[in-house]
Amino acid sequence: MADDVWILGITMTKFGKHPDLDKIDLASEATLGALADAGVTMADMGIIAAGNLMGAAEGIGQQLQKQVGQTGIPVYNVANACATGATAVRTVIMAIKAGEADMGLAVGVEKLAGAGLLAGGSRQDDSGTWQPHGRYGAVAPVDGRIGTEIMPGVFAQIGMEYGHRYGGTSFELFARISEKNHAHSTLNPLAAYTKRMSLEQIMGDIMIAYPNTRPMCSANCDGAAAAVLVSGTKLKTLSLEQQRRAVKVAASVLTSDPWQESCQILPDVNTLTRNAATQAYEQAGVGPDDLDLVELHDCFATAELVHYDNLMLCEQGGAADFFNSGATWRDGSKPVNVSGGLESKGHPIAATGIANVWEICHHLRGEAGDRQIADAKVGLAHVIGLGSACGIHILERSAV
Amino acid sequence: MADQIALTDYLVLGDDPHLVANECTSCGARFFDRRNACASCGATAFTTVPISTTGEVRAFTIVAFAAPGIPVPFVAALVDCDGTSVRANIINVEPDPEHVHTGMKVKLATYPMGPDSEGTEAIGFGFEPIN
Repeated sequence: MADDVWILGITMTKFGKHPDLDKIDLASEATLGALADAGVTMADMGIIAAGNLMGAAEGIGQQLQKQVGQTGIPVYNVANACATGATAVRTVIMAIKAGEADMGLAVGVEKLAGAGLLAGGSRQDDSGTWQPHGRYGAVAPVDGRIGTEIMPGVFAQIGMEYGHRYGGTSFELFARISEKNHAHSTLNPLAAYTKRMSLEQIMGDIMIAYPNTRPMCSANCDGAAAAVLVSGTKLKTLSLEQQRRAVKVAASVLTSDPWQESCQILPDVNTLTRNAATQAYEQAGVGPDDLDLVELHDCFATAELVHYDNLMLCEQGGAADFFNSGATWRDGSKPVNVSGGLESKGHPIAATGIANVWEICHHLRGEAGDRQIADAKVGLAHVIGLGSACGIHILERSAV
Repeated sequence: MADQIALTDYLVLGDDPHLVANECTSCGARFFDRRNACASCGATAFTTVPISTTGEVRAFTIVAFAAPGIPVPFVAALVDCDGTSVRANIINVEPDPEHVHTGMKVKLATYPMGPDSEGTEAIGFGFEPIN
């Protein structure tokens, strides 16, 4: 049987605007922080998996090594849309489980402060002649003519479809989800935005794609996060303090989207999340009821709602009632996104899937300060990258 | 009459404009773009099938902020046409939540996009409410 894998050290930088730091500075800060947190050095690492989605062809892993230690170990530069960070963590875990390394580093970084819409680009002028191009034989750009390619619009439809199927949703309900996350981030000093927003402010803000207004969208920002992972066997040779603070990776799962009738029309973020959750609960030997907190991929307020259901935190079809019960507020029965989530903590894409693991670890270690979820033992971190990829990690507090 | 060309090759013009899909002859999965093999079952033979010109809005958004050059607001939607999902704009409707809702019945509509330098007219499509 493959060895257990543990998180030995993990950190995230402050999310937000870092005009004086480039992405290698941010990745270095997160890496050196994670190594210090773990009580080890680059010389102990057997593998690096690194992600920087916007510079996916640039080799962020090797660029990072130049600043923190070129030890000659294998580097895997990974890119998997918004699941890039989780993919980096999972890559290191697979290497450790395969016995190819007993310790490794996963890091993700993005510089996105001030970035606008990240898909769709700007429309090219129609060419002088109507000539068919591409797999649809389109004679002109189709974004805006045949639906929308912008993420706020895609995820708006995903939330609206859930509401159509099960009822109970409204503009106000989605805005209330955002209100929760903006309230949660007031306790997170590393969040990009820490100002509470009223429901009226959220609903009255600039409409991006109904029903998502600007504060209901993930916040583009700069940031990095890094984790040092270690095999269970190796961990036993380390100090008692390292063993006490280590967090067990009870499940690590990555899925892609299986074919569904409508997936070519509207990305199906539901099936692959449900599949990943099912696998993760089975691997970890826990169920949704056992989770003390959840960090899920609220890239838009409309997305958070559907993932309550996909992660089986509520009965199928019952996400609106579940939210209305207050369960997902930090003082509720199933706190979700106590970090502030992507809407308020921020979403530096490749960092996100490690930063949400950091948030869970922070609580499991009892180090979350003002926003600590009391006596947290088990937590789940989830990300979705459109295309699609879903990463889920279930984490457990050390019994030492 | 000047020549016409459809916005995409899955829009068929003429007296009875309609959409067509590539249907997998093995499992029946439908695709609007060309496929090397079926994403559902892996088979490689496809046949062209017509899509119903009426449907029901299963999801929509009203895009108010888009890439430069794209006129806003517009309604983007997923339309269920007798079991086949179609991506399209909802047109000939006020683009606000009072006039658009999930479950509304719609039908295919075409519109001229203008002539190119050789006088060929491109024809786009959307779905409009059935009154």
